[in-house]
Amino acid sequence: MSDATGNAPAVPSLASTKRVRRKLTLFGAIGIALLGVNLACALFGSFLAPHPPGDINPGGAFAPPSGTALLGTDYLSRDLFSRLLDGARFSIGVAGLATCIGFLVGMSIGFTAAEIRGRLDMAVTWAVDVLLSFPPILLALLVIAGLGTSLPVLIGTIAFIQSPRVARVARAVALGIAALEFVEVARARGESLASILIREIFPSAVRPLAVEFGLRLSYAVLFMSSLSFLGLGIQPPDADWGGMVRENLPGLYYGALASIVPGVMIGLLVLGINLTVDWLSAGADAQMSEELR
Amino acid sequence: MPPLLEIQGLCVEGRTPRGHWVPTVRGVSLTVAPGEVVALIGESGAGKTTVALASLSYMRPGTRVVKGGVRLDGIDLLALDARARRAARGKDVAYVAQSAQAALNPAITIGEQVAEPMRLHGIATREEARCRAIALLARLDLPDPAELAGRYPHQASGGQQQRVMVAMALTCQPKLLVLDEPTTGLDVTTQIEVLKAIKDVIRTHHSAAMYVSHDLAVVAQIADRIVVMKDGAVVEEGPTTDIIAHPREDYTRELIGAVKPRPVGGSVNFAVRETAPLLTVERLSASFARPGFLSKHDIASNVLQEVDLTIGRREVVALVGESGSGKSTLARVIAGLHAPFAGRVALDGRPLAARARRRDREMLRRIQIIFQSPDLSLNPEQTIGEAIGRPLKLYFGLRGRRRAERLTELLLMVGLAADHAARYPAELSGGQRQRVAIARAFSASPDLVLCDEILSSLDTIVAAQVLTLMRDLRARHDVAYLFISHDLVTVSAIADRVVVLYAGRVCEAGSAASVFSAPAHPYTVLLLASVPELRQGWLEDVVAARPPTRVQTGAAMPRDLGCPFRIRCALAIPGRCDREPPPERRVAAGHVAYCHREVTELRAAPV
Repeated sequence: MSDATGNAPAVPSLASTKRVRRKLTLFGAIGIALLGVNLACALFGSFLAPHPPGDINPGGAFAPPSGTALLGTDYLSRDLFSRLLDGARFSIGVAGLATCIGFLVGMSIGFTAAEIRGRLDMAVTWAVDVLLSFPPILLALLVIAGLGTSLPVLIGTIAFIQSPRVARVARAVALGIAALEFVEVARARGESLASILIREIFPSAVRPLAVEFGLRLSYAVLFMSSLSFLGLGIQPPDADWGGMVRENLPGLYYGALASIVPGVMIGLLVLGINLTVDWLSAGADAQMSEELR
Repeated sequence: MPPLLEIQGLCVEGRTPRGHWVPTVRGVSLTVAPGEVVALIGESGAGKTTVALASLSYMRPGTRVVKGGVRLDGIDLLALDARARRAARGKDVAYVAQSAQAALNPAITIGEQVAEPMRLHGIATREEARCRAIALLARLDLPDPAELAGRYPHQASGGQQQRVMVAMALTCQPKLLVLDEPTTGLDVTTQIEVLKAIKDVIRTHHSAAMYVSHDLAVVAQIADRIVVMKDGAVVEEGPTTDIIAHPREDYTRELIGAVKPRPVGGSVNFAVRETAPLLTVERLSASFARPGFLSKHDIASNVLQEVDLTIGRREVVALVGESGSGKSTLARVIAGLHAPFAGRVALDGRPLAARARRRDREMLRRIQIIFQSPDLSLNPEQTIGEAIGRPLKLYFGLRGRRRAERLTELLLMVGLAADHAARYPAELSGGQRQRVAIARAFSASPDLVLCDEILSSLDTIVAAQVLTLMRDLRARHDVAYLFISHDLVTVSAIADRVVVLYAGRVCEAGSAASVFSAPAHPYTVLLLASVPELRQGWLEDVVAARPPTRVQTGAAMPRDLGCPFRIRCALAIPGRCDREPPPERRVAAGHVAYCHREVTELRAAPV
């Protein structure tokens, strides 16, 4: 941007980097499509399901795909397709909500630490380091063992595990922004802490943190699935995709789809998130390098 | 004699973030004869650097040559393949970048870096290359070259680094030397030494040079011929004497006009020294060192050392000094952005809290700060309207239509249009952005505006316009400025009083007229003499007139109780200047200097 200091913009279009339209790439499109299908499942899956998720299908357990059960049946001879659609809201909903909460908490902590600096910053960094030194699954086992499993506990646990990781990244991003002069101007103007964090720091941190959000989201999906696979997640008769993998494990011997399809769905969801994130961050990088030029 | 470098009808395009290609250089033709120094001059964005880099057949990423040819010694550089181009760079044509700090590798010693091109091009063995590197460093007037060669870049001063870059470019005795604003980032006192070294070395090597600069006065010292560029095209070209004395084009005249006459003093604005000052700073010391767990504070780490300063109502006080002298730190302390280590800041006699957080809103409103670069001081995610409107809401609780009206008023006041309010900073030019920053400061109706180098990121002509705006605003509003600048010419046009800072200490303070017409402190004298003049031969005159200093610039500045300027001072008294703090000497009414020498001694000294 050093070239754009004339009074009349010499090359106006070079200077305007604001609101760049991002070009859609093939992988970006695939990612968005996958994410879109999954989101649609989560939002409308329960209404679209041909059968109620708990109904027993007459075809028997681990039946192959048929007209009444599109993807065959599970270990209790329930329609797998209906259960998949129904389970999407747990897999995606819980992970999404937990990630949002984790971000809200982590960002508040990270931004505040970066803006205030000093002892608070040291304390936060130290606490984050301590929390990060626990293996997340162990931490989750501890919490769930203490509180029992329920939807709010699950969401809270995953959010709790996410927040120190988010706080660390948010702090690093905010440190760079807090050193910029427009934040200094706000400080000298006498803006409140909240105003500095929300008006000055947050808008500039959105783009780098959006990438982090995607990564955290796919991590939450996998984590949620692992918990359910261990039997600590969503409890029967409901099941998220991770739980469906577990309950249908015996079907693997019969070559049934019941255990494989939910696993594939988890894979596709995470792939979708990651492709979208890659596309978003590639755009951010390209813009960054344009700005540096 | 055929020209050494021949650029013919060069057209270059640059890619916008949207992916469109727009022309940045439109059909530039120029030649450089062997041994000739040609200057490319123009504002930023005029395409100077693009043309300069094209003579190395280098295109920055996101730029491409559309048309035209670059011939060096008859060889078409643009037709060469990557390998042949690399072979030519450094050997036939060499480049000196603007920022040596960014261009030198911090992990390799200076000697090795200067020797590297010779070894890369297979010209000399390791030992020969080393010897020649040291010889080159000596030829660029660098002190103790053998020792310097063993140092790392960060252990040399900015001026030294810049000369190291020139030495590096000269190692293979290139036919053409391309210098891109080599002295722009330097202080005026350092600039002279670097400029002189470059000029001498070009003469002795008989190499041709292309010198890119925006500073006409600097170019006048070194160039045989000047090419004036604007918006990617050549506006005018001719021998240096002709361009300076008889410019044909309006644009060239404008450029020359912007190189204002040197300060002579007597620019008496309305001097308003009332009894009670608006702002007082007393014995202020500031440091960036964090206090250790057990260690005591060391005054060697002080960026500011017992600085006193007063600013009267409606007074413009200029704070002058080279980079690192603590000017900006003082402004930041006054604004409450940096807590001082010791000392007192008071507004209207009421002491101010060290941190802005602890000051009440009314105190914050009365002191506003404008930074050097509007690119950094405006939030890129906020519209101009949001940026200027925020203080209106915060300090005056203005909302809705009343705020919009005031906003328009402010925009018009700084010479912008009402519809700028909806735009983002990136959609404005640098000069317009700085006007927005000024409007934001004035939206608080402040009593004191701290202007921290507000003109230095702007082009000469734009800077002159913004300076005029600042003078107008000051005439129409009840406001005082602390005007921080390294540029004495600018300061002379606006200041009522001048305070000269060196290494965190005040060395001279007084009315602008008195300081500029009768400077007393040796540093002020040196500073004033170093302002480039638009006159050929000025460089030689000033170098000849300089008293021999015992230590060149760039040696570590002593930060003890003694006078910090003593190592560069021709009048230093050993045993006294390095031990005791310099006493205050009264030069004239309201004009003091801090020096161990009597004023009469200072006056008698050959300068």
